[in-house]
Amino acid sequence: MTASLLKLEGVEKSFGPKKVLRGVDIDVAPGQSLVIIGGSGSGKSVMLKNALGLMSPDAGRIVFDGQDVTNAKGKTREAMRARIGMLFQAGALFDSLTVWENVAFRLINSEGMSRRQARERAIETLKKVRLGADVGGLYPAEISGGMQKRVSLARSIISEPDLIFFDEPTTGLDPITADAINDLILEMVRGLGAAAVTITHDMASATKIADEIAMLLDGKIIWRGAAKDVYSSGNEYVDQFVNGRAEGPIQPAI
Amino acid sequence: MQNPFQLIGRAVLGLFAEIGRLAVFSAQVMGAAFTPRWYGGQILSQMVKIGFYSLPVVGMSAVFIGAALALNIYEGGSRYGAEQFVPSIVVLGITRELGVVITGLMLAGRVTAGIAAEIGAMRVTEQIDALETLSASRFRYLYAPRFIAALITLPMLVALADIIGVMGGWLVSVYGLDFDSTVYLRNTLDFVTRNDILAGLIKAVVFGGVIAIMGCYQGDRSQAGATGVGRAATLSMVGAAVLILAFNYIMSTIFVEIGL
Repeated sequence: MTASLLKLEGVEKSFGPKKVLRGVDIDVAPGQSLVIIGGSGSGKSVMLKNALGLMSPDAGRIVFDGQDVTNAKGKTREAMRARIGMLFQAGALFDSLTVWENVAFRLINSEGMSRRQARERAIETLKKVRLGADVGGLYPAEISGGMQKRVSLARSIISEPDLIFFDEPTTGLDPITADAINDLILEMVRGLGAAAVTITHDMASATKIADEIAMLLDGKIIWRGAAKDVYSSGNEYVDQFVNGRAEGPIQPAI
Repeated sequence: MQNPFQLIGRAVLGLFAEIGRLAVFSAQVMGAAFTPRWYGGQILSQMVKIGFYSLPVVGMSAVFIGAALALNIYEGGSRYGAEQFVPSIVVLGITRELGVVITGLMLAGRVTAGIAAEIGAMRVTEQIDALETLSASRFRYLYAPRFIAALITLPMLVALADIIGVMGGWLVSVYGLDFDSTVYLRNTLDFVTRNDILAGLIKAVVFGGVIAIMGCYQGDRSQAGATGVGRAATLSMVGAAVLILAFNYIMSTIFVEIGL
């Protein structure tokens, strides 16, 4: 059995009286692509932020590569983050920096690489996500939403991480651009041999990029299985969600 | 329905909690500002934003305050035949109080609100989360450079405001109140002491810290959406203005006590 690269054990998180995570147990093996599906407000983003150390869980454990990082700070946290890439839902590119400076941010500011070398690496990485060197000098506000996602993808892979998180990577994109982003994610993740954890409610994206799919509902993982089995899971909640039906045990979030 | 004591108690506890959070945040900003690593490019860029771009507003405010001060002192002094004290009182008022307080308040509006809005927008668009995931501390990369830049530029701006404010008084006195230019300037220079100037500059350093920290603090705590960012900008500006006036009084008291 392969040891987990990332493991969440009984993770709980509340905001005031609202319990968002109620004991999440999940693990990802090296090189595995896990997609977590779930409706709006099911706790997907909160789970991701806990896993990344952007929030601290109220209870439970987070283990990265065998090390307990639940409340890690300082160098332990930095060492963990140096091995993780993250693509945020809206890109989260820094407005005040050019595209290449965004992509090379970690190299310049955390790894101490010279700006000239970092620029070369950034342009190379931009090429991998099908963006030309000319885009490197533009600011994020000057490029389209699809291009911003690609830049964000380039930023998440530039330091060749072992684990990449994708937060709703295709949200807000047209179907063709979304499919192109899915292809890029697959290509990059396989090329690097990295593990990937993607949260989405785009089923076309989920089935395309996942080895396994898990469903989060009311702060708990209620089902996990191979991506090919998601439409025949036998779980009424999963069935309702993947088929996009308003009728069923899950109440629409309106 | 809650009784009034509960409401008051809750408000007081809330105030203490807010003071506690602000104190911890300030300590974190100062910890990042006074220990390596420093982002020189960020500090320089913030010095330009906070200092250089504030020159017009500080200069304009100072000249009008100096001019109005001279007029009012002349008007009041003439009741006792004490018009000759206009240069002395103008320079004392500008260097010890008005130059620094007006500069602080103008920057609370221009700079604090700007910092809060910028950081608030970064917070709600997840840029601050992105920064942390890229192993860059927001305290070192975003807040410390603004704090250091404000500490350095505020005394420079206040020194300039002092000179321009005094010249505002000189303009009105010479061209409106028939003072002799040479006598006015000689009286000004003879009266002002190094301590008067130093008192203003020490206050400026403290106000610089207040301006940067309040902007960063409210921006960091900004809630999602345009309303959240707008609220952060407003709260930061009001908070900075009140703290500037409070610190001004406290420091004036201390300076009087120690003879500065």
